[in-house]
Amino acid sequence: MIHIQHLNKSYKTAAGSIPVLQDINLHISKGDIFGIIGFSGAGKSTLIRCLNRLEEPDSGTIRIAGKVITELEEKELRQARQKIGMIFQQFNLLDAKTVYQNVAFPLEVAGYRKAFIREQVRAMLDLVQLSDKEDVYPFQLSGGQKQRVGIARALVNQPDLLLSDEATSALDPQTTYSILELLKEINRQLKLTIVLITHELDVLQHVCNNMAVLEKGRIVETGSVDKFFLYPQSDTAKRFVHIIDHYREKRNVWEGAGAGI
Amino acid sequence: MNDDLIDLLWKGLLETLYMVFWSSLFALVMGIILGVTLVVTEKGGIYPAPAVNKAIGTIINGVRSLPLIILIVLLLPLSRLIVGTTLGPTAAIVSLSIGAAPFLSRIIENSLKEVSAGKIEAAISVGATPFTIIFRVLIPEALPALVRGITIGIIGIMEFSAVAGAIGAGGLGSLAIRFGYQRFREDVLISTVILIILLVQIFQWSGDSIAKSIVKKRYKFE
Ligand SMILES: Nc1ncnc2c1ncn2[C@@H]1O[C@H](COP(=O)(O)OP(=O)(O)O)[C@@H](O)[C@H]1O
Ligand SMILES: [Mg+2]
Repeated sequence: MIHIQHLNKSYKTAAGSIPVLQDINLHISKGDIFGIIGFSGAGKSTLIRCLNRLEEPDSGTIRIAGKVITELEEKELRQARQKIGMIFQQFNLLDAKTVYQNVAFPLEVAGYRKAFIREQVRAMLDLVQLSDKEDVYPFQLSGGQKQRVGIARALVNQPDLLLSDEATSALDPQTTYSILELLKEINRQLKLTIVLITHELDVLQHVCNNMAVLEKGRIVETGSVDKFFLYPQSDTAKRFVHIIDHYREKRNVWEGAGAGI
Repeated sequence: MNDDLIDLLWKGLLETLYMVFWSSLFALVMGIILGVTLVVTEKGGIYPAPAVNKAIGTIINGVRSLPLIILIVLLLPLSRLIVGTTLGPTAAIVSLSIGAAPFLSRIIENSLKEVSAGKIEAAISVGATPFTIIFRVLIPEALPALVRGITIGIIGIMEFSAVAGAIGAGGLGSLAIRFGYQRFREDVLISTVILIILLVQIFQWSGDSIAKSIVKKRYKFE
């Protein structure tokens, strides 16, 4: 589904050129929920934003669903983006539009007829359980409801791929859980591939099948989520999982001593 | 109150409204085009074009740094070319529009810049064209700020028109100077001032009401 080869990206600043992604190679299968984890500043957002070219890579190739994204012209790129949904930490809904109009926007951009748009938007709002909020403005919604609108907007044009950049990081644990459940449900129902960025183990453990660890702009580890928790290899992975090990040891000590908690 | 006062004020008021209406319209058209272009072409904008951005910015700053009265004098030949005269309200519209356009451009630029980069990115990510982003995202999202800014701009043009009155543009400004200052008609001076204050209040109130109604629609709890 997604093939990334030798991807490089650096930011030019007054102090010179700072490499942010270095020789990224990654393969993500169709239908997977793929997590990318790393500490703040590791380059996670830059990587996911290269996938729909919100950031322009310096070099390397990205292939998504057979299309070489990195070679597309403006117009082709806009068409490709219609089939790559994206959700954001800050939701990024339009204040001037109602829930309905926000979700309808991608379909209007794609030039569909009104009747078709109505049908699709209604079905999408039904899926994210916001049918009763159609004519409400985003301001009136809770964080979780806003992200549901964001998800509906990202999926209404039936994309092959959903990109999620810390989509639950602004939400409380309970709302995070319900949004993650929704993503899992959508992945199952629509056979949608999801690439999800997070710095939270919870999120990773709850929804992802496979994953990669990003450390200072390099992928230092990739494989199944189970393998990551059981046999962390990289420094970053060990630092993430360390706390779990800490308690596992504690438990062993307790149980060895016959003590209860 | 005598009849000639009412006649004078009425004529002055009509001339002022005439100048303000057309100057605002032309300045607004130029201001929106330039303001939108500035935002769109800036570094990191939706259609970056640093050279264009720099050129427009420099021209705007140049025009803005000239005192209005000097700008009007400089633009007299242009007035003659376009409307055939350098006197009267119609001639003043040329100078006022061009004088106010850079000011409005900056106001509009600043209002548009308030729209968060995230909203623009969301639009880019669904495959929207720059044209769609400008008209369906940027301008609607900035609308309350735009209305407030444009109100300030129109009131500014109103003040400009009074200054232009000093050099033969007509309107309330010219009334105050010709009768109030040069002929010591205090009644004319005072009524003109009151009228100008009233006009400014009405403009401000209208702008505020429009902006408020937009905000209320979007940001209210049920
Ligand atoms: N527009 C930019 N200009 C310069 N540096 C940037 C820019 N965006 C991100 N960076 C830098 O790139 C690095 C990676 O950023 P990012 O991809 O946002 O990391 P993450 O999402 O993992 O926290 C950081 O050091 C950040 O400061
Ligand atoms: Mg980030």
